[in-house]
Order: sequence, then structure tokens, then C-alpha cells
Amino acid sequence: MQLTFYISALVAILSTIMVITRFNIIHSLLYLVVSFLALATVFFILGAPFAAALEIIIYAGAIVVLIIFVIMMLNLKGEAIEQEKQWLTPAVWIGPAILSFILFAELVYVLFTGQSSSSVVQMVDSKAVGKALYGQYILAVELSGMLLMAGIVGAYHLGRQKKKVIHRFLEQIEE
Amino acid sequence: MNEVQTMHGLLLAGILFMLGLIGVLIRRNIIYMLVSVEIMLNAAGLAFIVAGSKWAQPDGQVMFIFILTMAAAEVSVGLALILQIHHQLKTLDSDAANEMKG
Repeated sequence: MQLTFYISALVAILSTIMVITRFNIIHSLLYLVVSFLALATVFFILGAPFAAALEIIIYAGAIVVLIIFVIMMLNLKGEAIEQEKQWLTPAVWIGPAILSFILFAELVYVLFTGQSSSSVVQMVDSKAVGKALYGQYILAVELSGMLLMAGIVGAYHLGRQKKKVIHRFLEQIEE
Repeated sequence: MNEVQTMHGLLLAGILFMLGLIGVLIRRNIIYMLVSVEIMLNAAGLAFIVAGSKWAQPDGQVMFIFILTMAAAEVSVGLALILQIHHQLKTLDSDAANEMKG
């Protein structure tokens, strides 16, 4: 069981590295799906089966499909990949990568100087989660409903293509 | 049952968060930046799950569900912004959107 944790953690890390280094965006989204599935396995091993199911359904299902729909609407062509190759040169990525690695090394140092503990994993089933969600966290559930409503209204408002109401004679005067 | 070191779970969350941060910093395409933000949110959710599993409390999974909700709302608004930027500027270059001229 412990070995499965490390294997799926390795898969998650490798596929996430592939996500941020691919030039073709559809390839990187497929790697993103693999990364989410590996992370769902990690959730299951950590004793959170409900979160694992949500990870697959919402992240790998809904969010990635939404991004793929938008890429199809944008109708990207072959030159987009060439442009990505021009943008991602070593001179661009080496600086931020080194600085992020320094921050990560600090994080690891802080983590491992504390007391280390290995705990036996206990299952937290969906019944306990549901009780907590609709008991003490009921206000937060209502607030996240309002957040989703704001998301829907905002996405509709921003995504609408505005009609040009200006007359063509006026357009000529403006130029 | 099975034993998993809490530190190693948090370490995995840290690695994934760092990879997402690098992705935001090094890519110029806006869609890649949005995907990297998703990776970072997912890593934060993993940290909550690890903590919830250490103390065997449901609060970690509850926080993961809230992060999931926020990620869904954020990605819908972000994709609408990407569509609008691509419609107006004809490119996905984030450097092209540096003018506040409507």
C-alpha cells in the first residue's frame, strides 16, 4: 500500500513536468488528465475516497473538457506550436525555475526539521464528510453556491461577443 | 491498515505547487498559465487532504470541496477572459495584453 503511494506520486510529478514543458497544448492537457488520475489514487490511499471521486469527476472530467472546448473554439493552427517553441527558450525558463527550486528547498527544510510522524491511515468516508459539510460548514456551502452563481454570470458577461452598433459612415469619420 | 508518512504527502503537495508556480512563470501562452494555476490549486487541495487524513477528520475533505468549487468558478471566468482576449488581440500572448485601452 505504501509502495502504491510512492508510485502514483512519481507518476503525478512526472506528468505535471510534462504538462508545463509541452509545446502542443492538447498533449499537455492529456498529461494533465494523467496527473489528476494519479492524484486521485493518492487521495484514495490517504483514506479519502470521496475526494478521489470528486477529483476524477470534476477536475479530470469537467474542467479539462471545458479547457478543450475553449481551445477548439479558438481554432489554433500549426504555427501556434512554432510560436510556443520560440517563446520557451532556456534563457526564459532557467531563471524562474532556479528561484522556485530555492523556495522549494526552503519548504523541504522547514518540513523536515519539524518532528516526523508516520500515522496509520484511517478511512474518512463520505458520510462523515457530508455530516460536516451540512452541519458546521453550512454557511460556507451557501457562500460557495453564491460564488458559483457569480462565476456563471461573470462567464456569460465576459464571454458574450458584443455587437458593433456603430454605423459605417461614423466608422469612416472616426478613422 | 497502511502507513503513509505525513511528511511525504506534504512533500508531494510542495513539489506539485512548485511545478505549477514554474509553469505560471515560464509560459507566455495564457491557457498554459491558467492550467498551471489549476495545478497549484490542486496541490493546495492535496495538502488539505493529507492533513485531514493525519488527524482522521472530515474537515480536510470539506476544504478540498471548497477549493474544487472555487477552481471551477475561476476556470470558467478565466476561459471567458481568454476568449475575449483572443477575440480582441488575435493572439494568446500574455504580453500583448499590457495596454489598458479597452
